[in-house]
Parts: sequence; structure tokens; C-alpha cells
Amino acid sequence: MTQDILLNIALGVPWTIALTAVSLAIGMLLGIPLCAMRMSKLGLLRAIANILILTLRAIPPIVWLFLIFFGLDTGYVSFTPFQAASIGLGLITAANMAEIYRGAMAAIHPGQWEATHALGMSTWYRFYDVIAPQLFRVALPSAASYAIGLLKDSAIASTIGVNEIAYQASHVSQRTFRGLDIYAVAGLLYILLSLPIAWASRWADLHLRSRVAR
Amino acid sequence: MNDLLDFWAEHLPAMLDGLLVSVQVTGASLAIGVPLGLVLALMVQSKSKPPRAIALAVVEIGRGAPALILLQFTYFGLPNAGLSLDSFASAVIALSWCTGAYTSEIIRAGLEAVPHGQKEAAEAIGLSHADALRYVILPQALRVSVPALLGFAILMLQASSLCFAIALPELVSQAYLIGSTTFRYMPILFLAGLLYAAICIPATIAVGALERKLGAHA
Repeated sequence: MTQDILLNIALGVPWTIALTAVSLAIGMLLGIPLCAMRMSKLGLLRAIANILILTLRAIPPIVWLFLIFFGLDTGYVSFTPFQAASIGLGLITAANMAEIYRGAMAAIHPGQWEATHALGMSTWYRFYDVIAPQLFRVALPSAASYAIGLLKDSAIASTIGVNEIAYQASHVSQRTFRGLDIYAVAGLLYILLSLPIAWASRWADLHLRSRVAR
Repeated sequence: MNDLLDFWAEHLPAMLDGLLVSVQVTGASLAIGVPLGLVLALMVQSKSKPPRAIALAVVEIGRGAPALILLQFTYFGLPNAGLSLDSFASAVIALSWCTGAYTSEIIRAGLEAVPHGQKEAAEAIGLSHADALRYVILPQALRVSVPALLGFAILMLQASSLCFAIALPELVSQAYLIGSTTFRYMPILFLAGLLYAAICIPATIAVGALERKLGAHA
């Protein structure tokens, strides 16, 4: 294991982090309307959201990435590998985040809703000032463990040529005809990257939990 | 539309062959991985240090490293150590490792859900440690774990799609191969997605229903 090999694998780290961050951001944002639809009073909206969430979660990420990268590339639209991977993983994340938000919504004390009604708050302020801040605090631990899962799923983007850790590893391995140590290092890098997320989540949970009404 | 259906009809047999390989890899990995998960869960709870340390290392690596890296490690890496396996065997080894790591956590949660009084009662009526585990603790623990294990099995079928990276002729590889020879990626990948959805959506709904049903009794 020379320094050159290590350096080449490490070149993938920024791309892995960027891909995870971008798809997490897309998913956390798109998850909000999806969750709202899932909990809507209108049966049609609920059914659409249900189908979307089930479909996004039932089809493996690699199929979504291929569909977006190879399937949509018919001359009208074409994406760079990074764009295609962010869109694909972002959509899957949105479906999962919608379910996480929905679970968190159930954990918010009904008194909070009643209080906003008693105060005569508008729908926007009800969510912006009262529900959403608590929702995100309750959702944080599950969102963090999903983020760790997403970090590992981002390895799938190597199959469409995003040069993140797994791509760099297979590239170096093909060039040097070595696999054992290279893939071990790549696996270790993913474990090391997931540690700070776990720590940050535990720290944030400890500090934010106390500010949720019971 | 007819054109699309003809295209699908022409390639459906190859796709179904691929799906069969996907199901075989998933089945084999679960058949090896779930018992492995049980052993790991018991080792993690053991009182002596060495088995606990070994089990923790196996579980943390299996859960911490992406399944894709595990697959590439066994397929491209192990030959360096003098162990060359075909893609099916490597896939089963890597995915069993992954299954064992994840299911050990599911089963551990099930073991912890068994009330402590059960263990004390088993001891009080003079059951040996092994018998207590076999007749009292495990039946209750596994019953609690069943919905989560089934949910994991669905995820494993999806994870088997990663075997594309080690040239196993499963569903995604077949779709990619047909796509690259006909240059019609969209319809064939769409069919692959449909086949996965046709299995995973009903399975997800069924597991959810089972979970609600079991939850009502708990």
C-alpha cells in the first residue's frame, strides 16, 4: 500500500460527502410536501403520495440511477453522473424522509395543536413557529441514521461513474491488480466518515430533545 | 405502445432468468445470514470478552461498510489472498455478511424485549442455560423479530441488485446488457423496475399488515 494508492482513494472523499449532502438536502426538502400529501385530508392526494413513496422505496437505488442516467438520456435531457446520482438518491431520500416526518408528527403532543388553535394562529405560523421546530428535533435521530445509510448508498453512484470513494477504489484496483487492501481501505473510509455523523447526531439530540413539549 | 410490449415480450425470458438469479442470491444470503445473525447476537451478549469482541467487529464492519464495497472486497479482493470465487459465491458471502450484521441487531432487540422474569423462571425450574435459550427465550425473541426480519428480507432483494458490479447475471445486469445491445435503456430498465416493484410493493404492504396485526396483541 503506497501513499499514491491511499491518496487516489482519498480523492473520492469530497465527492462522497458532496453527493450525500446534496441528496440529503433534496430529500429533506422534497420530503416535506410529500409528507403533507401523505397526511392530507384529500383521499386522492394521499393515494398519490402513498404510491410515490412505495414505488420510490420498492425499486433498488441502482435501477433509479440507471433509469435517470441511461434511460432519460435520449437527447432531450442529459445529466452528468453527479446530477443523475443526486436526483436519484434525492428522490429516494424524499420518500424515506416523508415517512420519518410522519412518524415524528405522531410524537408531537396533541396539546400543541390545540394550543395553536386556541391562540388563533394561522396555518403557516402554526407550522413555522410551533410544529416544525419540534418536528425536526424529534425526527433528528432517525434522520441521522438514514443519513449514515445514505452515505453508504452513495457508493452505488460509482456504477454510473461518479468518482467517489467506491469508484476511485475500483479504478485503483484495476490499475494495480490489487483488491484486498484497497477495498478494505475504502470500507474503512466509509466507516470513518459515518462516525462524525453519529457523534453529531448524539450531541444534537442531547441538546435539542429537552426543547420538545411532552 | 405495441412496439414497447413486443420489446418487453421479446426480452422478458432473459429478464425473468435474471430475476431468478436475484431471488437465488437473496435466498441463499438470508439462509446463511439470519442464522449467522442469531449467533452474532448471542456472541455480542456473551459474558466472556473474546467472542464479544469478534462479534462486534464483524457486526460493525458489516453494517458500517457499504454492501457494494463488501461485494467488491470478496470478488476482487479475496483472489489476492489466494481465494478465487465465482461471482455467485462471492455475492452470497458478501450479502450473508451484511445480512448477519444487520439481523444480529434485529435479533438482539428481540432478545432484549423478552422480560427478565422469563430467564429467572427458566432458571428456577432448573433448565440448563442452553435449554432455557432453546425453549423459553428464543421462541419469544424471534417472534418479536419476525416483522423486522421480513422487512429486511425485502431490502436484501433490493441489495442483490448491487451484484451488477461483480458481473453476476441478475436482473439489473440483464437489463443493462439488453439496454447496451439494443440502445433502448429506458424501456428495459423500466421493466426491471416494474419487476422489482411487483415483488417489493405487495411484500411491503403484507409486512406492514403483519406488523399491525402482531402489534395489536402485544
